[in-house]
Amino acid sequence: MEVFVVSLLNGLVYGMLLFMLASGLTLIFSMMGVLNFAHASVYMLGAYFAYTISLYVGFWPALILAPLLCGLIGAAIEMWGLRRVHRHGHVAELLLTFGLALIIEKVVQMTWGLLPVPYRIPELLDFPLFRVYGTQFPAYRAFMLLISALMFGAIWLGLRRTRVGLVIQAALTHPEMASALGHNVPRIFTLVFAAGTALAGLAGVIGGNYQVTEPAMAFTMGPIVFVVVVFGGLGSLTGCFIASIFMGLIQTFAVVFDVSLADLLAQFGIAVTASTPFAEVLNVTLPRIGALLPFLLMVLILVFRPRGLMGTRDT
Amino acid sequence: MTLLRRNWPWLVALAVLLAFPFLFYDWTRGRHSGFALTLMSEIGVMAIFALSYNMLLGQAGLLSFGHAVLFGLGAYCAAHTVNLVKAGTIWLPTELVPLAGGLGGLFFGFVLGWLVTKQRATAFAMITLGLGELVSAAALMFMGFFGGEGGITIDRVMDTSLLGVRYTSPWQVYCLVLGWAFVAAVLMRLQMQTPLGRMANATRDNFERAQFVGYDPRRVRWMQFTLAGFFAGVGGGLYVMIYEIVTFDTVSAVKSANALLAVYIGGAGAFFGPVLGTIVVVLLQSGVSLLSNAWLLYVGVLFIVMVMYAPVGLAGLIGMHAPLWRTGRLRELLLPYLRALPPALMLFLGFVLLVELTSFTTIGAAQGKRFAIGGQTIDTTSPLPWAIAVAALGVGAFWLRREAHAFRLRWDALMEDAKRQAGAP
Amino acid sequence: MRVRNGISILLGLMLAMAGMAAASAQQTIKVAYTDPLSGPFAQVGDANLKQMQYIIDFINAKGGALGKKFELVPFDNKSQPSDALIALKSATDQNMPFIMQCSGSNIAAALIDGVNKHNDRNPDNRIIYLNCGAVAPELTNEQCSFWHFRFDLHAAMKAEVMVRALPKDTTKVYLINQDYLFGQSVQRELKTYLTKLRPDVQIVGDELIPLGKIKDFSPYITKIKASGAQALMTGNWGPDMNLLIKAGIDAGADLRYYTFYAHLAGGPTAIGAGGENRVLSVMPFSENVSVETGNKEAEAFTKGFRDKHKFDFTSAGFRTIFEYLQAAVNKAGALDATKIAYALEGMSIRDFLGFETTMRKADHQLIGEYFVGTFKKGVKYDAEGTGLGWATTATILAKDIDQPNSCKMKRP
Repeated sequence: MEVFVVSLLNGLVYGMLLFMLASGLTLIFSMMGVLNFAHASVYMLGAYFAYTISLYVGFWPALILAPLLCGLIGAAIEMWGLRRVHRHGHVAELLLTFGLALIIEKVVQMTWGLLPVPYRIPELLDFPLFRVYGTQFPAYRAFMLLISALMFGAIWLGLRRTRVGLVIQAALTHPEMASALGHNVPRIFTLVFAAGTALAGLAGVIGGNYQVTEPAMAFTMGPIVFVVVVFGGLGSLTGCFIASIFMGLIQTFAVVFDVSLADLLAQFGIAVTASTPFAEVLNVTLPRIGALLPFLLMVLILVFRPRGLMGTRDT
Repeated sequence: MTLLRRNWPWLVALAVLLAFPFLFYDWTRGRHSGFALTLMSEIGVMAIFALSYNMLLGQAGLLSFGHAVLFGLGAYCAAHTVNLVKAGTIWLPTELVPLAGGLGGLFFGFVLGWLVTKQRATAFAMITLGLGELVSAAALMFMGFFGGEGGITIDRVMDTSLLGVRYTSPWQVYCLVLGWAFVAAVLMRLQMQTPLGRMANATRDNFERAQFVGYDPRRVRWMQFTLAGFFAGVGGGLYVMIYEIVTFDTVSAVKSANALLAVYIGGAGAFFGPVLGTIVVVLLQSGVSLLSNAWLLYVGVLFIVMVMYAPVGLAGLIGMHAPLWRTGRLRELLLPYLRALPPALMLFLGFVLLVELTSFTTIGAAQGKRFAIGGQTIDTTSPLPWAIAVAALGVGAFWLRREAHAFRLRWDALMEDAKRQAGAP
Repeated sequence: MRVRNGISILLGLMLAMAGMAAASAQQTIKVAYTDPLSGPFAQVGDANLKQMQYIIDFINAKGGALGKKFELVPFDNKSQPSDALIALKSATDQNMPFIMQCSGSNIAAALIDGVNKHNDRNPDNRIIYLNCGAVAPELTNEQCSFWHFRFDLHAAMKAEVMVRALPKDTTKVYLINQDYLFGQSVQRELKTYLTKLRPDVQIVGDELIPLGKIKDFSPYITKIKASGAQALMTGNWGPDMNLLIKAGIDAGADLRYYTFYAHLAGGPTAIGAGGENRVLSVMPFSENVSVETGNKEAEAFTKGFRDKHKFDFTSAGFRTIFEYLQAAVNKAGALDATKIAYALEGMSIRDFLGFETTMRKADHQLIGEYFVGTFKKGVKYDAEGTGLGWATTATILAKDIDQPNSCKMKRP
């Protein structure tokens, strides 16, 4: 019971962190169709911006300013880069963002150095909020939960309930029609991309001090975000949210259960010894592959249900 | 004889490539440059790999993020085969080791392809991304087949050569790579003209119509994927012959990305595009990285410039000159090109100088390096070099814009003429 | 006029970049150095390069060897074995007698194999591989080579150091390691030495995690807490170590973290003040050792680097490598790899901290002193400006870790 409750909390926090990163990519990738490989790089930029800003004016202004800066960068990328290459197809867009990822990494190394920077949790939130069975639950985690829940609510309401949101949805699915109705479609694309990168920046501000702010953080965060978005289904914010929480929980609980395929076979009376074919594979325990489960699940869901969990169209 | 007349570029290329390493020959010590030969062998291997990648991307329109899985698994198969041959369990001529890699790639292409090719477009890309991650994680976890972190090492010196060559020197290996690269390229070129190759194009261009013709697009994708796996595996087998080791890096996403970059930079539309792209990518990675630790930044900038200004790739750019060449008016472009050269060079050098100055002030200086040009150390703290860099960048950009405009006018006029000439009887 | 000057300087740049790679003066003893110098893991090679450069300048000021100066030639291997092998080719093309590499046993395995084959096939142009940090035990056991010299303890020895430093009142430990060759051997060796040296200690948990894939370690901390462990022993490096320790501190777990790599560049910053008195690291050197032993000369040497670079001198132990090279080249009397290798074998040197070290003849493994440091406040030299630094809690002498080996050395 103890382990279960604590793991549930852990999984929820991790899932919400994933959602913070994935929500921006959902806008960019699943709505605009841009395979944005620079998304995790913007996440990194957000963390570094927040670090530098917090040196001068503190964490709270950084929480606003850093995402805004990232959003501006995103708008610039869309206006001067993506818009030009859009007609050359997805591979061109992907390569553009890939090139940007390389450049951002090097620029970060040249500006902030190769080592991690001491970007710390603000003192106001640096205390244990409560204890569950002797395990501290830091206030900062609660803050992360709050922010990502707010993010989800804001994006959902923004897309569903506001005029701008409706126009955005129309422009993304039927650009010609929206344009014919007098909406400035390129500007809407810029807006969506900027919003997506700003969300990545915000995730960086929050995640940078929770994890470690270093030049490799983009490299390690990259693939998993795509997995979450695709698993949740393209074009669906709710799917993305559910997928994030699911991925968080599944990785957390995988750690708890120490079982392997060999144990499963033992249930059926088949003993696995060193000489059994594929003994090495059969003896792998669940915790060892816990972090790989998202990739496995993504492959499986795409093979059998290409629109993902709640997607509105095929991937 | 007509075969020879039509295919002379292939033979010329082969001759040039055979002669090329002698440019780096160390006459005083009487030996080849191992560095140059290894680099050229690497280009050969990566060229096969990129060509096989283009069987997916260019021919079938399938964007894969995990092609290195087939390359790497082929390499592991080849390595195990060599070790079996060394142990005397089986017999295989040294020259056919890459074939063992190819068969490995074919097998895994068939098996994994069954799963992967169920989908196309973005879903295909994402499945390959996931598979790539899974296989590269597995390569570290399982010692039996992958040998763990240390990988599988081999000794390529075997007594089973058909030609009596022992492959002790990089030169002999280079010849082997060249031979196989040539064979593989010819086969891949021929494959394009088979019904399968044509159908791959059809499923790429119009998915529904291809179905109506009576072909199962899934099956076309699967066969195409399997064949691409074969050629990737041949590349993997050659990789083993060059480095005599295969580690988990060969299946990694980095390797897959390299193939994608090479194909795109070279141009997916032309058969030889990926080869050109490979040359650029490998030289950037292994050549420029020796000179500058900011090389990744240059790579990034190159991609962006290519994607924005030359989405057809290098081969596409060259191909655009074909109508002028046919009408014999290519000469008239010489002057506009020459005029655009100085500003382009200025822009390029200004940019390089600026990046290097920044890199040396922030990272390079701490590594104890000096920023030297022609033996003269440049003081990165003085304003002069910075001013020169910025000025060169600005002036170069402005000047190039003007020249580009003039060039554009001339180009359009020439193309118009060429079109008219071609139209006239 | 100014523009034209600028252009000529710019044109010079092109020529210079081509010239930089070409061999310069033949009067130096060139040491090729290959590690990742770009990309996400650039800080590894970067930190080593800075420190080696300082050490080489110091050794050269003391006369170099045979009247020649040492020169470090860096090659970026991008963590790829194939690029390391291309660097090896480049080094042998230029007849360099040494190639050095510190990070990654996959690259080390490739280099050992590559150097063996090169030296077999080119007896007139041989090269020695100096391993300054690839720690897979296999490299000096099953795969041992006459041309390979390891100047850092291997994983099994480090594991023994860690076990020896475990306080008497710790009886329950938890092992977490990365799921690849290195992590698996740390896991195996820790178990071996725990059973051998500390039969009273109970291993309450033993875990392998996929390399670099885990972003949140809280579930592991939950598991560790539930197991009642007092200490966590881990060979993890990079994010896998930083995030693990951070998660433990956040959850308020009452644990001590025994690590191999917390002292390396980036570790102290990532861990922060929360790691005070909790994080321990097995290390070949710390700047506070000379303060604690009152060795003024050693302190002046390390302080010089700190003053010059505003950067911690975590790897001053590399000085021992170059002292060995200096002595061996002088003893060999010529820049001949075979002669130098014979001279290096079995050589003994008292290192600059005043401890005896030996390059074991049987397996070419350096045996020297090793330290275990605790991350705490109030030390003279803090780490990365965090205000905390490494205070030595245990010093393990060479004789304590002189483990047997299974090497069957083939000599030319």
